[in-house]
Amino acid sequence: MTIEVNGRTVEWKNNETVTRLLKRIGYVFPLVFVKINDSVIPRKDFLHVTIPDKAVIKVIHMISGG
Amino acid sequence: MNIQEKNRIRKKVQGACVGIAGIGGLGSNAAVALARAGVGHLVLVDFDVVEEDNLDRQYYFHDQIGKLKSDALTETLHRINPSLDCITHQVKLERGSMEIPFKDVDVVLEGLDNAETKATFIEEILLKLPGKPLVAASGVAGYGKPDRISTLQMGNFYLCYDEKAKSSEEDVLIASHVALMANWEADLALRIILGEHHDH
Repeated sequence: MTIEVNGRTVEWKNNETVTRLLKRIGYVFPLVFVKINDSVIPRKDFLHVTIPDKAVIKVIHMISGG
Repeated sequence: MNIQEKNRIRKKVQGACVGIAGIGGLGSNAAVALARAGVGHLVLVDFDVVEEDNLDRQYYFHDQIGKLKSDALTETLHRINPSLDCITHQVKLERGSMEIPFKDVDVVLEGLDNAETKATFIEEILLKLPGKPLVAASGVAGYGKPDRISTLQMGNFYLCYDEKAKSSEEDVLIASHVALMANWEADLALRIILGEHHDH
């Protein structure tokens, strides 16, 4: 019962939303977008999309500059 | 490389269209690299004018201060390749309609500045133009650590990424580093145009 977040193994929790997962693992960047098993999750859905067991998650943050 | 293969590549690159969102440090340098590489069609989207403090990293010249960036860059690109087809949109990309100028391009290249705008733009392109190849950059500020840059690929989305970089509010934007990332983006765009399987 684990998931993978940016290559790191994290315990899976039933019914955990993206927002809660990010908070639990200390990803506090204000600007992230997330892919769960290759689907892009828009930020507006972070509050209600839950993480499935064994999910492979990529959390990417955007840094200002260009 | 044999002449046939060279011609095949030249033709493919010449027929390609890259859309660039924001032609500041990333976008202007990427546009020059793509034009020199022989890309035949560019769509440039930016509403800004050239200012003196852009000259430390953006591909503009002192005598272009005050001009629209899209006009100034088109002028420069035409000095490289007079037959380059350059379409410009002087619009501010706003949430909800950001994908519109990029509907018909082969590759979208993100050259925006603000982190929030970058995230919103990427989200809109991925959701509204599914399957459209997108190249973006994150972590452009700073200098001296080019080996920290890597490419993150997820399907058709390629991110030139330095996850340890500070934001441009906390660190400097330096010509060498900005151009490095811009050229990295341009190189990825060419890889997409020529196909992953291209033997080199």
